[in-house]
Amino acid sequence: MTTAQAPFTIAGRELRSRLILGTGGFTNHDVLAAALDASGAELCTVALRRLDPAARGSILDVLDNAGVEVLPNTAGCYTARDAIITAQLAREAFATDWIKLEVIGDDRTLLPDAVELVAAAEVLADDGFTVLPYTTDDPILARRLEDVGCAAVMPLGSPIGSGMGIRNPYNISIVVERAGVPVILDAGVGTASDAAFAIELGCDAVLCASAISRAHDPVAMATAIRLAVQAGWLARGAGRIPRRRYAEASTPEEGSPVFDQGAADISHTASS
Amino acid sequence: MSLSVTINGDRRELPAGVTVASMIASLPGAPDGRGVAVAVDGEVVPRAQWPSVELRDGAKVEVVVAVQGG
Repeated sequence: MTTAQAPFTIAGRELRSRLILGTGGFTNHDVLAAALDASGAELCTVALRRLDPAARGSILDVLDNAGVEVLPNTAGCYTARDAIITAQLAREAFATDWIKLEVIGDDRTLLPDAVELVAAAEVLADDGFTVLPYTTDDPILARRLEDVGCAAVMPLGSPIGSGMGIRNPYNISIVVERAGVPVILDAGVGTASDAAFAIELGCDAVLCASAISRAHDPVAMATAIRLAVQAGWLARGAGRIPRRRYAEASTPEEGSPVFDQGAADISHTASS
Repeated sequence: MSLSVTINGDRRELPAGVTVASMIASLPGAPDGRGVAVAVDGEVVPRAQWPSVELRDGAKVEVVVAVQGG
């Protein structure tokens, strides 16, 4: 039997699961823990925020219990400077060089600010970070990020939390074709089929948060997306058929019976 | 003699000579330091330096922890 997915590697580290879970939006730690288990993810994102004395329980305990690794992010940063400081804080807090780099342009679209993103990526990569940048679906920008030393690129399918799926699959496939580092679809997945499509397009992995955490049943959706990623992987290996404008019959035409109207009138034979 | 420092946006009076380590220990819900990071005046203070770095009067301190996100 064909395996449902093969491992892939980011910066020398092998990952067996092609689904990375974003932890944002879960209503509580219990639901997060159950969804983590159902997702099979080995890596999941966390953010850094000011210490809240009223907060109860650390998300780190949940992640430790689940045996998953932390991928800190720089969510909420609008400038390269803020993102760099946040990445440095994350390195201290979690003792990891891995950083999901987000530098956004405004709070309505949450789209990446390309100029600030590349600037921050270069500084962090030079400083020894394993940089995974959240980027647009622009193939040129993806190459620029790779050129400055990013360990992967994470193009969006559509804006964060929009659930709009992959709005420009042609761009995503160009990013994939030209990338020398893993491509992880980040943002936009709304349901399982979007995740399958990302993998079919050639993405190495999918990062999902809202699609799971804000689903009516997050645990069921985590299972669905885990299976969709595996289905996408199998389908990609199996090879889709070419698209055609006209039908192509799957039933052979040869040997079809011929129903010429003969001399006999059979229209009344069944009636009495 | 005391210092006035701003911690996560709130003004606090702390004794002169207070270090980053003792400031962290004085915070409500005193975090054990795991998953905690500190920046003073926009510069990250590595954990190893917490016991030796003293806060100056007027310092702006950010103390951050892991939360759900991304």
